[in-house]
Amino acid sequence: MGLRDTAQGLYNGTVSYNFVGNRKRWYIISGVILTVTMAALVLRPLNMGIEFRGGAEFQVPVSQCTIEEGRTVTQGVIGGTAPIVTQLGDGQLRIQTEEVTPAQGDQITKALGSACQVTAVDIKIQLIGPTWGADVSKKALQGLIVFLILVSIFLAVYFEWRMAVAALIALAHDLIITIGVYALVGFEVTPATAIGVLTILGFSLYDTVVVFDKVKENTRGILGQSRQTYSEAANLAVNQTLVRSINTSIVALLPVGAILFVGAGLLGAGTLKDLALALFVGMAAGAYSSICVATPILVQMKNREPEVQALERRVMSRRKKPDADADIGDGIDGEPVGAATNPLATRTVAESGVRNQPKRQPRSQRKS
Amino acid sequence: MAAPTGYRPWRMLALLAALIIGLTGWALWPGQSHTPRLGLDLRGGTQVILDPAPITEGAEINQEQVEQSVEIIRQRVNGTGVNESEVSVQGSGNDAVIVVSVPGDNSERENIVNVVGRTALLDFRPVATILNPAPLDAKAAAAEAKKQAEAAPAAKKATAKSGKGNKNSASGNARLPSAKDPQTTASPSPAPTAEAAPADDADQGAQIVQADSDSPAFQKEVLALDCTLEKNQSGGTPDDPAKWLGTCDRDGAAKFILEPAFIKGTEIATAQAAIPQQSAGGWVVTLGFNSEGASKLAEVSKKLSAQAPPTDQFAIVLDGVVVSAPSFNEPILGGQAQIEGNFTAEEAQDLANVLKFGALPLTLDVQSVESISPTLGNDQLRAGILAGVLGLILVVMYLLFYYRALGIVACLSLVIAGWMSYCLFVVLGNTIGFTLTLAGIAGAIVSIGITADSFVVYFERVRDEIRDGKSLVRAVDEGWVRARRTMLAADFVSILAAVVLYFLSVGNVRGFAFSLGLTTAVDIIVAFWFTRPVVTLLAKSKFMQNGGSLTGMSTKRLGVESMAGTRREPSSRKKRPTTVGSGANARGITGPGTEV
Repeated sequence: MGLRDTAQGLYNGTVSYNFVGNRKRWYIISGVILTVTMAALVLRPLNMGIEFRGGAEFQVPVSQCTIEEGRTVTQGVIGGTAPIVTQLGDGQLRIQTEEVTPAQGDQITKALGSACQVTAVDIKIQLIGPTWGADVSKKALQGLIVFLILVSIFLAVYFEWRMAVAALIALAHDLIITIGVYALVGFEVTPATAIGVLTILGFSLYDTVVVFDKVKENTRGILGQSRQTYSEAANLAVNQTLVRSINTSIVALLPVGAILFVGAGLLGAGTLKDLALALFVGMAAGAYSSICVATPILVQMKNREPEVQALERRVMSRRKKPDADADIGDGIDGEPVGAATNPLATRTVAESGVRNQPKRQPRSQRKS
Repeated sequence: MAAPTGYRPWRMLALLAALIIGLTGWALWPGQSHTPRLGLDLRGGTQVILDPAPITEGAEINQEQVEQSVEIIRQRVNGTGVNESEVSVQGSGNDAVIVVSVPGDNSERENIVNVVGRTALLDFRPVATILNPAPLDAKAAAAEAKKQAEAAPAAKKATAKSGKGNKNSASGNARLPSAKDPQTTASPSPAPTAEAAPADDADQGAQIVQADSDSPAFQKEVLALDCTLEKNQSGGTPDDPAKWLGTCDRDGAAKFILEPAFIKGTEIATAQAAIPQQSAGGWVVTLGFNSEGASKLAEVSKKLSAQAPPTDQFAIVLDGVVVSAPSFNEPILGGQAQIEGNFTAEEAQDLANVLKFGALPLTLDVQSVESISPTLGNDQLRAGILAGVLGLILVVMYLLFYYRALGIVACLSLVIAGWMSYCLFVVLGNTIGFTLTLAGIAGAIVSIGITADSFVVYFERVRDEIRDGKSLVRAVDEGWVRARRTMLAADFVSILAAVVLYFLSVGNVRGFAFSLGLTTAVDIIVAFWFTRPVVTLLAKSKFMQNGGSLTGMSTKRLGVESMAGTRREPSSRKKRPTTVGSGANARGITGPGTEV
């Protein structure tokens, strides 16, 4: 029952979390996370997979081979630095070496096959030339830039340019956090990771679009009245879409969790796990940023506009009028209220005296 | 109680039914595959990615060259005897890469990797002898060798003779009536009698024979060469232009003994398929040479045109095999030649393309080799399906728990979206060769979330409208109008991402983008043609009108008194919408400023 009351209250505004007003708190939280992740990126470079740096990888099916044997056999063929040999969760042996020629690759496969008593053709091989990874990254980056330009144009046309900027800031926020987590934890970055990051791109923006759509709706014609400030309308929108945001995040994370479970639990390593990890981190960051980063930034930008400032002054002066009725408390039923008034309360630097504002019912309710 | 807009839900459902039946029929039509084409990571196989680069630094690659490379690689791969191989181009211009995919058990892995990366070169060689394609057994070979021994000096004599005379010939566009079909000169009897198997079976690419001179040993080896084997017609073994060459032609119709090359492909300046103005004949290929090529051509054509067939012919050798063997009609002195031979437009164009490619051959650098066994592929496929099913079950459970009756609509929508996507994967696999990779499956699983989100947005909107005091029917209708806009905007962003990624990236990312874009498009169709009409119909039902706890729109949960619409009741302040903004509620604005 608590849940349904909350959902109802969120919509009405009787239950409200002051996301916009408490923006400094969110900025600090985001700032700390971003600092940590960026520091991680600088101090501990990403562990790029062989697909990006070039090299070879051999995956031997479950066999009698030990890690040591795998290493010795491989080194016997190519010499040089010792290959990295790991045992995967399901017992497969993974051997990563520096770049080899296709002919050397064949030799290694055959040597491993006979040493581990498996058919050579069953060994998974991946040989990546040094320029290929750079090529792939370059193309992914090109795609990213083109997408960002197009999506900015779309958002600027569909909403307005401030919303586009706020959405992109939130997006950058999510991407940096996701990539930073990879640096922090030291997970290998593979093309599947890149795919995951690109998906976050879509998801993060998708989330922001849904919230902004409500903001747009709530603030339509807002300049023509003097009862509600932009911040209040925006915060109400965030609260109104909160249930949706939570539901969406759960619904989106459930399949990702399934991928993660199956990928990590049953396959050991591979496309599924790499993808799911990136998605999991990114989606969580995306849900958070659309509420706690994108909207506050948007409000901050909007508050620089003269018309929006004028609106706020109108709303404030109207509320200061001492004609607040006695029936203020009615209908509020002691519910905590935040959406509307709190942002003002926390913005006392700019608007002193707001705290003491008298309350007043909207016209429609007063008449009744 | 009909929706005010005159909306006809049944019509939408009929449209959807027609679409689904059509798609299902298309996908399950007999005589084709009924499952999606699986990528190599799911079925096992070898993938080689090649980066074509011009042999001379800084030159631009054009699409024709890339396509010619693909053609050459396809020949080579087919020559190794594997089935269902696929050679495709991703990207364009200097960014293009060639992707060779060979499904199966990887038994030819080594061969394929070795054979596809070789640079294909083109040269022109004078023809010494044309033989039957089949190898000759030892005895016949000896006899043939004897004949050859007699013939060879004769040929040489002819060469020597022609060296003197024939300075009188016309310049300019000399005609070369083509012996493009070598069957006219060599009577093919493709009877692979001898077991004269190639000496080294593990040898990759077509077998060719090369020697410094036309020695008996060389001739014997050439005789043993089996040109009826597809492998030996497929190219892949670059020939040394300075040496004698014994090789097959592309169709396996003849076997050639060729002298050292007199013109290298890079000495060709232009090549074009054309219909000459003066002549009544059909398509020809016109050729232009650079100065070096022109002078060599003049010299050799003077010699060859005076000789008797077949030694008046020259062979166009691409990638180690003979593509065409025209004969010289007359000396060609101006560096401009024309090859005739009753070509169709297509044949002429093909030959012109071969010559153009020869003019600027591409090197093919092996960028990546990936090989996975069918067992591992199968494991990955199962894991992908398992993850999908698990994800779906979790989402269905959540939707049912949270939305009750509406959850059933949502789940049905998911099932329909899932089936449509499956059919589309099958259809696209059969028509445009779309392959489903593990990344693609991941894209589809992720889109379960996106599809479900459409319902979440819609249902939450409907609930909001009910909270605003609208009747269920109106709420369903007006909620849709607002949810639709949000859904379209959000889906547009997803599709935009998919399209951009598809066109600008390579490899795995493309498969992911394609499947994401496809499933997002399906999501829009399902939301418009299924979810909305069904919810509209449901809203009119008694069950939903009662607002019981199973409807997912229960009056209690939403805090309204009845589903009949409470808008006009002045006392129900709780449900009253305000007129501030649209949808903004005044209570929050005017309430006491308690910190939350």
